[in-house]
Amino acid sequence: MRHHLILRVVVKLLVAPIALFALYVQFHGDYSPGGGFQAGVILAVAFILYGIVFGLAKVHQVFPPWLVQKMAALGVLLYAGTGVLSLLLGYTYLDYGAFTPGHPEHGQHWGILVVELGVGITVAAVMVAIYYAFAGRTPRINDEDW
Amino acid sequence: MNGFDLLIDLLSWALILAGSAFLLIGAIGTLRFPDFWSRLHAVSVTDSAGMILLVLGMILQAGLTLVTVKLVLIGVFLFVTGPTATHAVANAALVSGFLPEGLSRPALPKRKAVRKKSPAKKTKATTKTRTRTASKTRKGGTG
Repeated sequence: MRHHLILRVVVKLLVAPIALFALYVQFHGDYSPGGGFQAGVILAVAFILYGIVFGLAKVHQVFPPWLVQKMAALGVLLYAGTGVLSLLLGYTYLDYGAFTPGHPEHGQHWGILVVELGVGITVAAVMVAIYYAFAGRTPRINDEDW
Repeated sequence: MNGFDLLIDLLSWALILAGSAFLLIGAIGTLRFPDFWSRLHAVSVTDSAGMILLVLGMILQAGLTLVTVKLVLIGVFLFVTGPTATHAVANAALVSGFLPEGLSRPALPKRKAVRKKSPAKKTKATTKTRTRTASKTRKGGTG
């Protein structure tokens, strides 16, 4: 691994901008192409690139498998929780207008933002989990843990 | 002012056409060159040059806007990643033993010779010598 000097330097330079670009795609999704899924994939790419060059053990230190598993569930919880919250407020499932009854556009804006955040978190976690599952000979995420 | 705009437009289109020509030449080279190394050379060099020219031309088209900032970021990203990808491909080919035509094994860097000498303690010996030679060359490079 020591002789990949150029790759290590370049990856160190690029990982942080890639993660930042994922956040840009995530929160700029209402104005330009992008959204939760693309942002999640880009964020996962940052971790996968780091793992490819520096090894699975290092990337496990940065983004431990137990956190991957929790984040995959957290995103779905955000998505479904938004829908259930609008149900509890007396509207239909995922009717974002429920959050600001006087001004439905504001509610829709915030609702979509939260739902897309949920999608992004889940997609990033699942992509990293798929990479971990392929790259690790012995899976750190056991079948019983799911 | 109008003449200035025309000048900028002409310059940007000249850059864009030159960049497109570079990329076209690179594509033809990739298809027509005889072996892996010359093909890799053709596509990597022309790709970087064409990318820079195209981004410059598009910056001149966009003017002082947010688009220019994004184009500069894209240009910097491609400027770093393109040669790195070429290096990774070429390095993988060389390490796996795919040599350029006319180059025999002794002409390779010292790593290969070290690996040949100690086939028994392959992993430990090679990694140690590798790090040693790497640090040596790094010192030599800086000093």
